[in-house]
Amino acid sequence: MKQLKIGNEAVAMGLYEGGCRVASSYPGTPSTEITEVISKYDDVYSEWAPNEKVAMEVAVGAAIAGARSFCGMKHVGLNVAADPLFTASYTGVNAGMVIAVADDPGMHSSQNEQDSRHYARASKTLMLEPADSADCLNFAKQAYTLSETFDTPVLLRLTTRVAHSRSLVEAGERDDCGVKEYVKNPQKYVMMPANARTRHVVVEQRTLDELKWAETCEFNRVEMNDTKIGVIAAGICYQYAKEALGKNASYLKLGCVWPLPVQKIKDFAAQCDKVYVLEELDPFIEEHCKMNGVEVIGKEAFTMLGEYSQSLIAKVILGKETESLTADLDIPPRPPVLCSGCPHRGLFYCLKRLGVTVSGDIGCYTLGAAAPLDTIDTVVCMGASVSGLHGRNKADPDNANKSVAVIGDSTFIHSGVTGLIDIAYNQSNSTVIILDNSITGMTGHQENPTTGKTIKGDPTTAVNLEALAKAVGIDRVRVVDPYDLKQTESVIKEELAADEPSVVISRRPCALLKYVKHEKPLKVNPDKCKGCKSCMRIGCPSISFRDKKAVIDFTQCIGCGVCSQLCAFDAMEKGE
Amino acid sequence: METKSIMIVGVGGQGTLLASRLLGSVLTNEGYDVKVSEVHGMSQRGGSVVTYVKYGDEVSSPIIEKGEADYILSFEQLEAARWLPFLKIGGKMIVNTQQMDPMPVVMGKAQYPAGVIDALQKAGADVTAVDALSLAVQAGSAKAANVVLMGVLAAKTDIGFDTWMQAVEQTVPPKFLDLNRKAFELGYQYQ
Repeated sequence: MKQLKIGNEAVAMGLYEGGCRVASSYPGTPSTEITEVISKYDDVYSEWAPNEKVAMEVAVGAAIAGARSFCGMKHVGLNVAADPLFTASYTGVNAGMVIAVADDPGMHSSQNEQDSRHYARASKTLMLEPADSADCLNFAKQAYTLSETFDTPVLLRLTTRVAHSRSLVEAGERDDCGVKEYVKNPQKYVMMPANARTRHVVVEQRTLDELKWAETCEFNRVEMNDTKIGVIAAGICYQYAKEALGKNASYLKLGCVWPLPVQKIKDFAAQCDKVYVLEELDPFIEEHCKMNGVEVIGKEAFTMLGEYSQSLIAKVILGKETESLTADLDIPPRPPVLCSGCPHRGLFYCLKRLGVTVSGDIGCYTLGAAAPLDTIDTVVCMGASVSGLHGRNKADPDNANKSVAVIGDSTFIHSGVTGLIDIAYNQSNSTVIILDNSITGMTGHQENPTTGKTIKGDPTTAVNLEALAKAVGIDRVRVVDPYDLKQTESVIKEELAADEPSVVISRRPCALLKYVKHEKPLKVNPDKCKGCKSCMRIGCPSISFRDKKAVIDFTQCIGCGVCSQLCAFDAMEKGE
Repeated sequence: METKSIMIVGVGGQGTLLASRLLGSVLTNEGYDVKVSEVHGMSQRGGSVVTYVKYGDEVSSPIIEKGEADYILSFEQLEAARWLPFLKIGGKMIVNTQQMDPMPVVMGKAQYPAGVIDALQKAGADVTAVDALSLAVQAGSAKAANVVLMGVLAAKTDIGFDTWMQAVEQTVPPKFLDLNRKAFELGYQYQ
């Protein structure tokens, strides 16, 4: 039976059918659902790892031990896992190993627009790129055979539109190939210089073998139609091109994007009058074509920025534009905001009042940078709030009592803890605030090592953040409830004033968690409201202003009561 | 059959994802090739959200571009205006009259435009305006506004009532089945 599945679910189905036995990942949009779906299969061991480097090492260890393994991550996660990737390419595998990496052209939910295909070339690792959910299932399944045939990890590259688009797939049988025998082989698995030199020879030969395979493999497919226009594309761009050009163009659909075939491209191009390379982000395929003397049109006509689409392709290649309607209205933008009842809101409000410099991090709380809270000064990458604050305070120790770092519980475990060790070891007078909302929030509620639950929801040991901070050498550790503005502000003030490093844990579970009980929505008493707009300063989406009075939207308010602490006239009343 | 395109737009948290799952389920049961595209992550936090649903004999691109949507189902007035350029000339729009202030309006930096429905009609759109929130409350809960809107859309398609209702039954949690049945019917009967 055909089922409508997002690309990520289809990848999980393919991994399962391909005999995956061990899966370890760190969540990251747009890759998260792959591992969430794998966790539903009882015959696959699955877990959330503390970060992508750990996840990949778990997968490498499992593959060498003889079990088909998987790790998945978003594009920036592969930066974290790059260290094991480059050397796992040398050791190769025993049982197959698949790595999914999801890029985010257009940055729907990311801090940069990097193109992960460069990692395939740099680490000399075979990379497949599916174009819809059926490809996702098929490619993920076949990746295990390829991994074992060429003795290499295999990268599966997705982009947001493939990962999060639903299309039809058909489930197949699981190829449960069991656990392969592990044979001790230090020349292959102990990467010290003498062994690694020998392995590098193997890796170069492997790339040549893969290249030969890429010339004829079923992943790279030619569709000949009208030959005035030829299109070379992979992934979602193939779909956009098909929609824009239909039978008026011929296509070379590349399912394997590293290594790229040479002869196949030359033969295809020779049959077409004009050849376009359609690829989002960097000119990866285009440069390969040009380097091999194939004349193609690429980034000189298109763009390195954002996503492509059928209308962009139709406009550039055919000069065609679609008519559309516009309303004669000034339409204000609707940027994302912290949810109603979000525990981060109270904390950011206090930080704003204190006027401190805030070193920020990656998560829902990055939205503390947006108006009207406008609190965060810097955001770079996972964990950089803590180490960045240490750097700031070493550079400008006189202002150390006017700066803080904010980092979520999951991000802190991912890579904030190492920065905190630096603060303790090298003694900067830094104040680190851990926003402990008891979940990995932005990616859609995944358990993590602080929540006391595994990916399957089973109880397990939980990292004790207070004890952890103390163990690394932070003596001053405080806990506050961010719904209590007075307490939160006074504790942060005390810790800023202290002449040593401190950690403040702002603890309150995410308001969207199922077990969090919501209070009745608050109501504004119009007789008491003076229209002073104090309550509007926290940027709560439940509060708006109509006819010179504040109004609370009962469909959104969860009765957290933060706004009522700002009202000098007791106008916020408990609803019935 | 030529590919048809439906957009579902609204504000993060309004339940647009459930609506697109329901729609996807109906169209798959009808035997079409279907693609549904949605974006997860940051924009879901109270931002402007959009889901694309396309069906036909063979669908290539999962996204809908300016001037391409046969139907736009908007969960909020301002979002209808924002996404109007995506409507095909001659396409139909269903707009929930609910208003949700975006942050620039909350902060007093911008105005929520008045007369949105009139402006949409003046621009040439075929608009059905519906107070889905009241109908949902009538059905039993404000949370069922998304299913009311699906009912309004369903009545405008060639697909039969029973097929839709079957998909509602497959998509919503059993606990809320009666509520959602009622919500769907109220939407379906809306003129």
